[in-house]
Amino acid sequence: MIALVDYKAGNLTSVKKALATIGAAVIVPGAPDEIADASGVIVPGVGHFGATRALDAPWIEAILGRIGEGRPLLGICLGMQWLFEGSDEAPQLPGLGLLSGRCYRLGTTVRLKPDTTETDRDPGRDDSNRDPGSVRLQPDRDPVVKVPHVGWNSLDIQRSEASILEGVPQGAQVYFTHSYVAPITGDAAAVTEHGEPFAAVVQRGYIAGVQFHPEKSGDVGLRILRNFVELAG
Amino acid sequence: MLSKRIIACLDVRDGQVVKGVNFEGLRSAGDPGELARRYNAEGIDELVILDITATLEARRALAETIGRVARELFIPLAVGGGIRSEADAAAAVEAGADKVSLNTAALADPELITRVSERYGSQAVVVAIDAKRAQPGRTDFIVYARSGQTAAGRDAVSWAREAEARGAGEILLTSIDRDGTKAGFDCELTAAVSAAVSIPVIASGGAGSRDHFVDVFTAGRADAALAASIFHYAETSVRSLKMHLRDHGIPVRLT
Repeated sequence: MIALVDYKAGNLTSVKKALATIGAAVIVPGAPDEIADASGVIVPGVGHFGATRALDAPWIEAILGRIGEGRPLLGICLGMQWLFEGSDEAPQLPGLGLLSGRCYRLGTTVRLKPDTTETDRDPGRDDSNRDPGSVRLQPDRDPVVKVPHVGWNSLDIQRSEASILEGVPQGAQVYFTHSYVAPITGDAAAVTEHGEPFAAVVQRGYIAGVQFHPEKSGDVGLRILRNFVELAG
Repeated sequence: MLSKRIIACLDVRDGQVVKGVNFEGLRSAGDPGELARRYNAEGIDELVILDITATLEARRALAETIGRVARELFIPLAVGGGIRSEADAAAAVEAGADKVSLNTAALADPELITRVSERYGSQAVVVAIDAKRAQPGRTDFIVYARSGQTAAGRDAVSWAREAEARGAGEILLTSIDRDGTKAGFDCELTAAVSAAVSIPVIASGGAGSRDHFVDVFTAGRADAALAASIFHYAETSVRSLKMHLRDHGIPVRLT
């Protein structure tokens, strides 16, 4: 039985439907102690990282308890970001910290290119300290890239042995809707590019996360949910 | 790379999919559940169910249709038409919608956009804008409410900007001049709005050929394109459209 944690960050209807379709029994626990019998835990969620504040100490204890007993955990979208140390979206609020790194807003890690807009310079600016040989840098943004990142994008699978991705073909497309992303670390199993590459799927042992919405990603998404349910046994 | 989305719209009235020209003269195009299944099998990226039903009884039946479609298909589903309050939005979400589309009610009460986005997240809020050229050939676009019947006294670009600032996650932009005409999307309208906001813009109204989609994704700078009749009457399959786009260098999702 899979416990689907409802912390009021978005609607759970479609995740429930998708799990029902693949034949998984689901409970939506009303209190942390109700996940004690779950064979796996899913933390879904959309919206602001601040919403994860509702996952307070008793929830964290219950979830870590299940993981300690070898039960798998899947974070979806905001739920995946919560697995990391925190997010720039709510800097004061710690994440679960099971995975290292912080989440950040897409488009803020800009590449720099030489500034060629000298004529736009502020005439009142004091350039006396500026090395005359230096080149000023300005953000090199692709104007085509919009944030939020909404729509179908492809998975570049980095670790084909990751069990959460079993049977998912290289380049498969899945449905995203988000503005913040998790960093690419050794835990990244698949990467997606939207102006810059970010972690689309992470897995470390029994802990997995997907930045996209498997419940809205057609057959590929259902396959990933089935992989998780099988991991839960 | 992010794919350009192809979205099929089902205008549903009294349990049947219907389609008119320039927002008038409706004819039937079949059962919504059957069409949704067919489009999904062909690789549609998203569905919009637009409720243009008149009676409360038929409205309840539509909620069942939405529920049936949502149980079977695991792609994003937006529901619009007659959503006037948070309660209406909640009913659509409970029926299985991932997104609600607000139009006339948002023009009358722009705060509704904020309230619904605070409750369900911006990704769940689509603001639908029906716009018409002030005069043929002019490039200023007037927003219309009530299914294109009443001028709302707003400029399409500034209303799109305001909708984004108030919490809209996407703009569904329909050209009243082109709706149902098969003369092509209004690329000038689409490009003007797309350049003004950072949220995705879904172009709608006028799809008649596969090349019209190429135009709206290039000249029109659309993030997604929506069509109804071109798919309903099987003039163009979703798959052949996507192959055509791919051949023109436009990223699409092929299943």
